Amino acid sequence: MTTTATRPAAAAPVPADLRRSALPLRRRLTDGFSKSLMGLALLIALIPLGLVIYHVTSRGIAVISWDFLIEDIPNSARRIGGGMGPAVAGTLVITGAAAAMAIPLGVLGSIYLNEYGKQNALARLIRTMSDVMTGVPSVVMGLFIYVSYVLVVKEQSGFAAALALGCLMLPVIIRSSEEMLRLVPDELRQASAALGARRWKTTVSVVLPAAISGIVSGVMLAIARAAGETAPVVLVAGTVFASNWSLEGANTTLAAQIFKNAGEPFPAAQERAWGAALTLMVIVLLFTVASRLISSRFAIKER
Amino acid sequence: MTVLDKSAQLTRKDRGRHADRLFWALCVSAGFAVLVILALILVTMVKQAYPAFSAEFFTSSTWIPNDPDGDGPAKPVYGTLAFLYGTLVVSAIAVIVAVPVSVGIALFLTELAPRRIRTAIVTLIDLLAAVPSVVFGLWGILVVAPAMVPVYQWIHDVLGGVPLLGSLFGEPRSSGRSFMTAGLILAIMIVPIITSIAREVFATVPDSDKQAAWALGATRWEMIKGAVLPHSFGGVVGAVILGLGRAMGETIAVALVIGSSVQITANLFESGYALPAIIVDQWGESTGVFTAALIGMGVVLFVITVLVNLVARFVVRRAEIRMRGAAA
Repeated sequence: MTTTATRPAAAAPVPADLRRSALPLRRRLTDGFSKSLMGLALLIALIPLGLVIYHVTSRGIAVISWDFLIEDIPNSARRIGGGMGPAVAGTLVITGAAAAMAIPLGVLGSIYLNEYGKQNALARLIRTMSDVMTGVPSVVMGLFIYVSYVLVVKEQSGFAAALALGCLMLPVIIRSSEEMLRLVPDELRQASAALGARRWKTTVSVVLPAAISGIVSGVMLAIARAAGETAPVVLVAGTVFASNWSLEGANTTLAAQIFKNAGEPFPAAQERAWGAALTLMVIVLLFTVASRLISSRFAIKER
Repeated sequence: MTVLDKSAQLTRKDRGRHADRLFWALCVSAGFAVLVILALILVTMVKQAYPAFSAEFFTSSTWIPNDPDGDGPAKPVYGTLAFLYGTLVVSAIAVIVAVPVSVGIALFLTELAPRRIRTAIVTLIDLLAAVPSVVFGLWGILVVAPAMVPVYQWIHDVLGGVPLLGSLFGEPRSSGRSFMTAGLILAIMIVPIITSIAREVFATVPDSDKQAAWALGATRWEMIKGAVLPHSFGGVVGAVILGLGRAMGETIAVALVIGSSVQITANLFESGYALPAIIVDQWGESTGVFTAALIGMGVVLFVITVLVNLVARFVVRRAEIRMRGAAA
């Protein structure tokens, strides 16, 4: 017994040195290097974002004024002055009409996927195809509306552009709304069914209200995306120089005007393009921010 | 025993039943709309583009859309090879530049960043995704393209003499509108997409794998290399393919900065053309077979992007199944 007591403490196993400085230099360097590369990647992405916002704001703010937002577009690109009134009107009318078509269709489609179809073959096919449709280039959607609508009625119009934008929004709304419907707990549906409500009644008065803020948030994002689409509008809407608040007849949007004026060599046209770009950015950002605010409120409610 | 109240009939068949069926029919037809639209796109566009499809449409790089000599012997030629080439080159540049950046950001967000910074960065990346492509195009043509000319010149001076690289980095265009500029702008635009999918993929790596790596004394990078990357390789490949699909279909930004010249050249600093770009550029001045040729290019674009997207979804789904298997 005494022998163990007198054994020297030095014989106990040395605890491993777990400090960072004990690592071999090479491993430490590789670690630090890879971490700084990740930081650098972030920086590489954020610099262009900062530059775009800086250039659009600084060059747009010089052009923009109340008059710029309501005045007609000069019919010669080289003329100084004028405004983007028709483009603002067109953007609001066309995007609004597209949303009015795509939102009901998209939400109903998502209800089918989540409440009826679930995992059956048709629902799975529709799910895959709406993912694919999200990837269809906007220019193709413009061509599609041209051959299937403009060629039939023989007139380029704001309505045609709204159709094209609606087709672009549809799959986005379907998929985002479906995600939101999936978050609604099944207990709510069962409770409603237990009270004797029909399936459609349950869906309309229980499931939809529970998911509505998430759905609205997704819809806002889709609208923001659609407002910035250019190619379909260029292909099917024609162009105007005076405001056209109706869906009939040719129309134009901010995005289409930016595209048109950016390619012009005249400073006056380029200035109008910067002004239109700032206006468009503000509209898009408003919708994006609103979408985030709404979805963050939803997150709190869920908790 | 009391008699049940007859008014509480739980199997009432008359009211509500029709509403139920009607609502179901509404929902199904809304779902069908997606399938119908996709089918219509293919059918109507192929029908309209049919007159333009010929052997030379796919094999020639000559593009003479308007009859050069009226009723003379020369005929318009619609060869789309140069545009296909431009699309491939530009999206290749975009993917090569964007993938390391996006994967880096995604790793930074999932493995490195503290929670508070993470939300801020995600917001910023979302903001990058929200900028309309035409605004990137405007910025590209008026700011980036002129600013890149000295950079291109410098790269050309340094690498121009090297045998293989020299042909890639040839004499730059004085306007700066080139394959390279278009590729770089596109890269910025696809970074948010690849980042967000890569982040989702990295987030599915099971914690036990990571903890095992930590327990073995791995540094953070060694943990990423040993546990995160092998686990998420398939998913990241899917994300990259999706980014590629988006890059190939992107129209306006490319149309503005690629320089609009119909040519096939290895020189990345030369101007070129891309499939979607020529459609919006020449749409206004086209008639007859010319229009059909442009629509035909739309069909080609549609088929390519649909295939790319299907492959990407397939890859991502397979990777997900594999991951779920590993996590269980």
